[in-house]
Amino acid sequence: MIEVKDLTKRYGATTAVKDLTFTVRPGYVTGFLGPNGAGKSTTLRMILGLNQPTGGTVTVGGRSFRDRPRGLRHVGALLDAGDMHGGRSAAAHLAVLARSNRIPRRRVDEVLAEVGLAGAAGRRRIGGFSLGMRQRLGIAAALLGDPPVLLFDEPLNGLDPEGVLWVRGLFRRLAAEGRTVFVSSHLMSEMENTADELIVIGRGELIAAESLTRFAARGTGANVTVRTPRAADLADVLTAAGAVVHQDGPLLTVTGLDAARVGDLACRHALPLHELAPRSASLEEAFMELTAQSADYLAGEAR
Amino acid sequence: MTTGTATGTAPYEAGTTGDPAARFRDLLAAEWLKLWSLRSTPWAYLITALAVIGFNVGQAYDTYRYWTDENAGDADKFIRDGIPLAEAFTSNAVVIHLLAAGAIGAVTVVGEYGTGLIRTTFAAVPARRAVMAAKAAVVAVVTTAFGALVAFVSFFSTQAILSARDIGVFLDHPGALRVVAASALLTPVAALVGMAIGTLLRHMGSTMIVTVATLLVLPMVVSPDRYWSALIAHALPFPAWRRLTEPGAHFEAYPWSTGGAWTVYALWALAAVAVTVFSVDRRDQ
Repeated sequence: MIEVKDLTKRYGATTAVKDLTFTVRPGYVTGFLGPNGAGKSTTLRMILGLNQPTGGTVTVGGRSFRDRPRGLRHVGALLDAGDMHGGRSAAAHLAVLARSNRIPRRRVDEVLAEVGLAGAAGRRRIGGFSLGMRQRLGIAAALLGDPPVLLFDEPLNGLDPEGVLWVRGLFRRLAAEGRTVFVSSHLMSEMENTADELIVIGRGELIAAESLTRFAARGTGANVTVRTPRAADLADVLTAAGAVVHQDGPLLTVTGLDAARVGDLACRHALPLHELAPRSASLEEAFMELTAQSADYLAGEAR
Repeated sequence: MTTGTATGTAPYEAGTTGDPAARFRDLLAAEWLKLWSLRSTPWAYLITALAVIGFNVGQAYDTYRYWTDENAGDADKFIRDGIPLAEAFTSNAVVIHLLAAGAIGAVTVVGEYGTGLIRTTFAAVPARRAVMAAKAAVVAVVTTAFGALVAFVSFFSTQAILSARDIGVFLDHPGALRVVAASALLTPVAALVGMAIGTLLRHMGSTMIVTVATLLVLPMVVSPDRYWSALIAHALPFPAWRRLTEPGAHFEAYPWSTGGAWTVYALWALAAVAVTVFSVDRRDQ
């Protein structure tokens, strides 16, 4: 369980995180979403006690993480796949971490096997690793202490499709075991098949904290596609009923009316329908809409 | 691959081992592993040792080579003036030694900041002061052992060469042990100073510049002949080494005792450890 309350972080005149309050519950994969520069990494660092909040509190399992003498048995974290020394072997990197937390040496081989770096790969120097291999090693380090809470900052970067599938399965399994799994990403599509719950932030402020399904319903991009041989006539009827209609040959894209209403209106005016398809807004659209105002770096933005 | 769906009901079972008590010696062991799991560590020590011992041996060999039979009568004066001890650890060698030790100390911290490893370290061990204390302890122990090795090998090899002309001395010669000890202990002092500066600056370039300025340049610009300047000089590690090793040093305008010089060593080491341990505590990583 991670509890963030009124969390604020200022760097000089810049406010990176502002009055953030949310709870990450055990047993679920919780996605932490926001555009680049939204304050995700800063928040994760404050959860881990690496950065000191300007205001507010954050606790993990009811305690401030900084107050624990050793961390790996309480929180496992992958912040940045680069946070390791390229001169060491993967096994040595993990052995150092294990030793500092009094974790038996055999756990090193166990987690290396779990992330697919067993054998020769584990004895190679990290400097020669690809980003995907570093991500796997970072995940191995997070698993080392068998912790109840796991944090991952953009864990899918650099992974191949097989790796992405593996990571998703791993996250679901960790959550099913009753652990708290908190995963940040700037891509909604990455969360679509992974997360149960979502925390969405933009410009350091909370935008949404709810289940994935509820979040998806927020999108206003829902529309109805209608195929009819009398497209022009139907378009007039629907526009009169208050819909916004876009016509493309026999195909109408209708927003503002649901599929049932479109069907009823067509029936009343004796207009034949060949196809009637409701389309709900995708998560991506819901995310884009909600964060559009708060994105820090918009492409093509007026200067 | 497991694709089980989360239920949110299964409680997490803590490992049967529980959470064992935090022990400082685990951190010492981890820092020890960290040091020796880098291939560059033994190389850095080996190259430093070869360079420093090489300089000392070279100087002694020079004396050996140009020592003629006419000089034989001067042997007593040569020894009385303390030249064999000066050649046991020359000031050229100590400059290299000081720089290398400072760099070795600095890299233990800057290496972690430069790679971002420090975040992984502090996330694994939130007790930051304990981490830095363990790091300082390992650096102090390893550089002291290394310094002792280099100083003893330098002493015995140079005196062995000089003995071929009957101008070498043994370890029981007055002041001999002090030369060896002063040179050996300058190593951890320089390494801890480099480490403290590295902890404050966190970048290798600036750390090395400030370390060189502190350990080498500052002693060069202060003069032992003016009161204030001498006062500063008597508070620096390199002049302290000179005071402990050079027989003529206490005939300066402002003399100081060997006890004072040893105190300078101790205070610099303690201050460096304090800076290393306490400066990381509240800082954002």
